[in-house]
Amino acid sequence: AVGPKGIFRVIERSEQWSVGELEPEDFGAIRELSMNPIGDRIISAFFSPGKETVDFASFVRILAHFHPTETSRSRDGVQPEPANSRTRKLKFAFQLYDQDRDGKISREELLQVLRTMLEMQVTEEQLQSIAERAIQEADLDQDDAISFDEFRKVRGVDLIRDQIDNWEY
Amino acid sequence: AASLLSVSLRLCLGISITAWLTLLFVFIIVPAVLGVSFGIRRLYMRTLLKIFAWATSRMEMGAKEKNQQLHKPYSNGIIAKESPSSLQQELQELRGSASCPRSEPEFEMADIFYFCRRGVESILDDEVTKRFSAQELESWNLLTRSNYNFRHISLRLTVLWGLGVLIRYGILLPLRVTLAITGISLLVVLTTLVGFLPNRELRFYLSEKVHLMCFRICVRALTAIITYHNRENKPKNGGICVSNHTTPIDVIILANDGCYSMVGQVHGGLMGMMQRAMVKSSPHIWFERSEVKDRHLVAKRLSDHVADKTKQPILIFPEGTCINNTSVMMFKKGSFEIACTVYPVAIKYDPRFGDAFWNSSKFGLVNYLLRMMSSWAIVCSVWYLPPMNREEGEDAMQFANRVKAAIAAQGGLVDLIWDGGLKRAKVKDAFKEEQQKLYSKVLVGEQDEGEQSDDMHLEDENQEEDENPEDESNQDSTKGQ
Repeated sequence: AVGPKGIFRVIERSEQWSVGELEPEDFGAIRELSMNPIGDRIISAFFSPGKETVDFASFVRILAHFHPTETSRSRDGVQPEPANSRTRKLKFAFQLYDQDRDGKISREELLQVLRTMLEMQVTEEQLQSIAERAIQEADLDQDDAISFDEFRKVRGVDLIRDQIDNWEY
Repeated sequence: AASLLSVSLRLCLGISITAWLTLLFVFIIVPAVLGVSFGIRRLYMRTLLKIFAWATSRMEMGAKEKNQQLHKPYSNGIIAKESPSSLQQELQELRGSASCPRSEPEFEMADIFYFCRRGVESILDDEVTKRFSAQELESWNLLTRSNYNFRHISLRLTVLWGLGVLIRYGILLPLRVTLAITGISLLVVLTTLVGFLPNRELRFYLSEKVHLMCFRICVRALTAIITYHNRENKPKNGGICVSNHTTPIDVIILANDGCYSMVGQVHGGLMGMMQRAMVKSSPHIWFERSEVKDRHLVAKRLSDHVADKTKQPILIFPEGTCINNTSVMMFKKGSFEIACTVYPVAIKYDPRFGDAFWNSSKFGLVNYLLRMMSSWAIVCSVWYLPPMNREEGEDAMQFANRVKAAIAAQGGLVDLIWDGGLKRAKVKDAFKEEQQKLYSKVLVGEQDEGEQSDDMHLEDENQEEDENPEDESNQDSTKGQ
């Protein structure tokens, strides 16, 4: 799903790193990724929980999420959901927040993300109030956490579908 | 019969060696000494280009026949990035589709999509890391090292490639190695001899001639075909010559056309011997390892050198490391702090003939030189740019950037702000902080803006439907901090 051009580039880059499996440290070689405040989270998204390495096939499967979404498909419902569907993309982003993979973004998890995105630029109180506001808006069933369904309905996320359909690699 | 055979063999050998040496002398050494050229190398270059074009078209035909897509590595990258926009702009776009825009920007859970996308883009292709590996080519130059497509497509092509290997390793390589040895030995011996001369003026004059001659021989040892542009801007005494850096050969390329004082660290071995010999006849600047760290010492020695107008211009590569010739990276400001004229030079290698970039993490120096000498040729262009001086109110960094932009523009290279030191070092946290700062500005706003938008706030409130006054007061207290 990444496409022939992408595959060649990915092969070349992974040859630079190591043969066979990638480790989190290998991603450290990508300078622009080190600059990204949530760079570490993106890296850990490639690794299954508990596993220290990722093989090439799994790596490509995850990258496949980012191929442009086909909005008109003539498939019957029996086909498994393609890797680059809108839902998968949203799920990927959801898991950037939900690090313990329990299906809910807790207040603490939200705070952690805010901390990595802003770190020393805002005070702890500002962080708390931002997190508070976000949870209040998103949490519809009042369980003090944001589930995947609630995440999809959050203002901004629901409207982002046009944008993410067109991520092109 | 056996003795007859051995005698005739020895005779053959003797004759062929003599013939070869004569040819060498006539076609290479004499022109090098006199500074003339027969034009043989340019003819060679044109012939090679024709052959390469043929080879590429054969490959394309072969790929079409088999209905395969010929993999042409793109130098533009594989990601359809929109025109580069700032973090603020992209976030606005991301949020712009919201139905009721808030009066002030707030954190949105959707913001993470921006960072997520940027992150994955970096994994696939980032601007910095790709500068440190060799540039990819659109056509094939019969060297397997630069080709992903090499399969057995046609017999003719494989034969041609095989012939190429034979010629390059069997004929060109030994010839070039011989020349290189000749050039280097002459350099060492003659500069030492010249150093003994008592008369200063004679010494200067001869040293110039000797340096030029030996570098010309080295240029022929690499089969380097160089085109110099704008020679009226050549660096003059009492100045500093700066250039972009791709390979150690840059030095030879520039020294082929003018006399420079070189700057560098003292090495051991053969390099060290050459350095010691060269400095006897010409005032090159070599630093001990320990002295390199002392910035003041370095600056002082350089300043003293340029102050003396009888001394040749200094040659410096401000990037500090070899870059792959598609871009120019950050210039270190040390050389720009010295008060003198700067003569920028741009060097651009033609990648069709052989990749000149030295990837020091992949190959050692000897390995690299062997690869160079077994390539077809090294073709490059050198542009001498008009001299620049530091202007009033400009600090060293700004001056360095101005020079860098001029060099990049002339050589057709991308002008990057990144530090070449990233080749070996990790990204500093400062860059990550920069991103965080930008993002927080979008959320929280500058302190000054905060004060002003309070008023606009209240006006907008009347028009908003969902905002309630309690939330507003929360925000106010947040901003106050």
